[in-house]
Amino acid sequence: MSRIESCFASLSEKNRKALIPYVTAGDSSKEVTVPLMHAMVEAGADIIELGVPFSDPMADGPVIQLACERALAHGTSTRDVLAMVREFRTTNNDTPVVLMGYLNPVEVMGYETFAKSAAEAGVDGVLLVDLPPEEALEVKPVMDEAGLDLIFLVAPTTSDERIKLIGEAGSGYLYYVSLKGVTGSATLNVDEVAGRVETIRKLAKLPIGVGFGIKDAESAQAVSRVADGVVVGSALVNQVKEHQDDPAAINQAISDILSAMRNAMDT
Amino acid sequence: MSERPDFSAFPDARGHFGQFGGCFVSETLMGALDDLKAMYERLKDDPQFRADFDYDLAHYVGRPSPLYLAERWSKQLGGAKIWLKREDLNHTGAHKVNNTIGQALLAKHMGKPRVIAETGAGQHGVATATVAARLGLKCQVYMGAEDVERQKLNVYRMKLLGAEVIPVTSGSKTLKDAMNEAMRDWVTNVDDTFYIIGTVAGPHPYPLLVRDFQCIIGREAREQSLKQAGQLPDALVACVGGGSNAIGLFHPFLNDESVAMYGVEAAGDGIETGRHAAPLSAGRPGVLHGNRTYLMEDDNGQIIETHSVSAGLDYPGVGPEHAWLKDVGRVQYVAADDTEALAAFRELTQVEGIMPALESSHALAYARKLAQTMSPEQNIVVNLSGRGDKDILTVAAIDGIEF
Repeated sequence: MSRIESCFASLSEKNRKALIPYVTAGDSSKEVTVPLMHAMVEAGADIIELGVPFSDPMADGPVIQLACERALAHGTSTRDVLAMVREFRTTNNDTPVVLMGYLNPVEVMGYETFAKSAAEAGVDGVLLVDLPPEEALEVKPVMDEAGLDLIFLVAPTTSDERIKLIGEAGSGYLYYVSLKGVTGSATLNVDEVAGRVETIRKLAKLPIGVGFGIKDAESAQAVSRVADGVVVGSALVNQVKEHQDDPAAINQAISDILSAMRNAMDT
Repeated sequence: MSERPDFSAFPDARGHFGQFGGCFVSETLMGALDDLKAMYERLKDDPQFRADFDYDLAHYVGRPSPLYLAERWSKQLGGAKIWLKREDLNHTGAHKVNNTIGQALLAKHMGKPRVIAETGAGQHGVATATVAARLGLKCQVYMGAEDVERQKLNVYRMKLLGAEVIPVTSGSKTLKDAMNEAMRDWVTNVDDTFYIIGTVAGPHPYPLLVRDFQCIIGREAREQSLKQAGQLPDALVACVGGGSNAIGLFHPFLNDESVAMYGVEAAGDGIETGRHAAPLSAGRPGVLHGNRTYLMEDDNGQIIETHSVSAGLDYPGVGPEHAWLKDVGRVQYVAADDTEALAAFRELTQVEGIMPALESSHALAYARKLAQTMSPEQNIVVNLSGRGDKDILTVAAIDGIEF
């Protein structure tokens, strides 16, 4: 059983939902990321989505665009991100880590090289925003071979037919994008999300994480009532920007947000 | 090269030209792209749609555009005869309008009240604003902040046409960033918005439909060559940024084995300086803006900044069909630098009284070299893709003149 699978299985036994924070690796500096990952686990994170910086993050709003720019300004490469995961794994062998980013930095390494290095570093899953299942035919077996879950997005605009296709192509979990827009957009509509999640459950077997528009404990709680996991990104990355010169303050601010979400979700 | 493919049979059903092309976008856009593909499949052979398109090209754009023999220039160069396909004479001053007419008709059929576009030099933005004004569509155009500065005239033209120009300040503040921002807008407003992409790049079906709309250039040029020169041309030359004017000229000739083709990229300060916009000449395959193609990127797969005196060529990618035509060896891709393009700009202006766009000047710069290696019995068709009025301020600044 993969680390992600057992994570959802054990949460489900305890009747809890996964709290899945996203931060961009190398933001605000390369040294910030690993201690921040540990702090997030301490504050209640179940799975960590680690953003691999890309120069042209087409699906991201201004908050994560700027995070990518900050990370790239001091040269955070995909190999650096893998090194961070490796370091994280020296003291944490339980928390699944998912790399989230765009296809090109992976493609330039070569699928085999990337998958092998990522698995060796202790990565569990990969979510490439600009890679729909139709284009993943070549990379999918390579990820499977390396034991990496390939995680796909489902959107408000996804047809039932495609949900089935994505459910079959993906593994780990499905990431439901709660709204039409980029990351960090307006607050989501919980009733609408609940309806969609219900539909997805009928068509696909994987656990469902919901992201985009989750900003605080209240929205995290509301989403956790209907989904299996709650993804929070821009609200955290904002704190990295706010405290960019003070790593301790970054950890504190992000831990505060996650603790509040955790409490609300478990209540 | 081994056996030639039938070039008219590409892309395949999923938008692939060999390993290039495809549909690499976030899931939210997949439905909209499927709808667009279905609508285009339904309409492209529909007699009424074709008649509407042809009518607009004839009466609104002013087609066919002439094929003009640049006799004096050809004689001066002492080689092959150079013919200019006069896309500069189109309404709005460039080839871009052929495509925006087509896509605006699609938008109308799909019932979308709002169109968006990205633009570099501003020609595609102007062409989009123009058709939006005519059809009463709301229009917003994304343009890199740096391009807004160097193409002020076109920015004002778009405003006069009723469009809103949104300067993009992220990344390198040029065309690629404008395209990122347009994609972000589309993903947010996908229900009521049609994204009019200006070149043969982006996710499937854009490279296909933009090519089909631009092919009018090559179909006319082929017919005009046979009629005016009595034979097919020996060579075709066109500039390549995203590559829509080049594909438009080349595609109807691809199965004519005797016709050589040259796509001219922007070498900027020179390929060897790294400050250029020539992914086919000096890049490698990767994925950006929805398709796999040649890109300018670093060893970590990050897209690098490009440079060209011409805003319309200042783009780190290129249409996937060009990437494929390069790999199968059907088209040769070469480059002309800023200095050569500016010299060609001045030369054509002074010798023929035709002021070309700086983009098209790259094609002219290569054509003048090519012509001199050929004989006066031979013929070259150059796509004069746009006129140079928009570039007067840029050239004046290089001459040290301020207005």
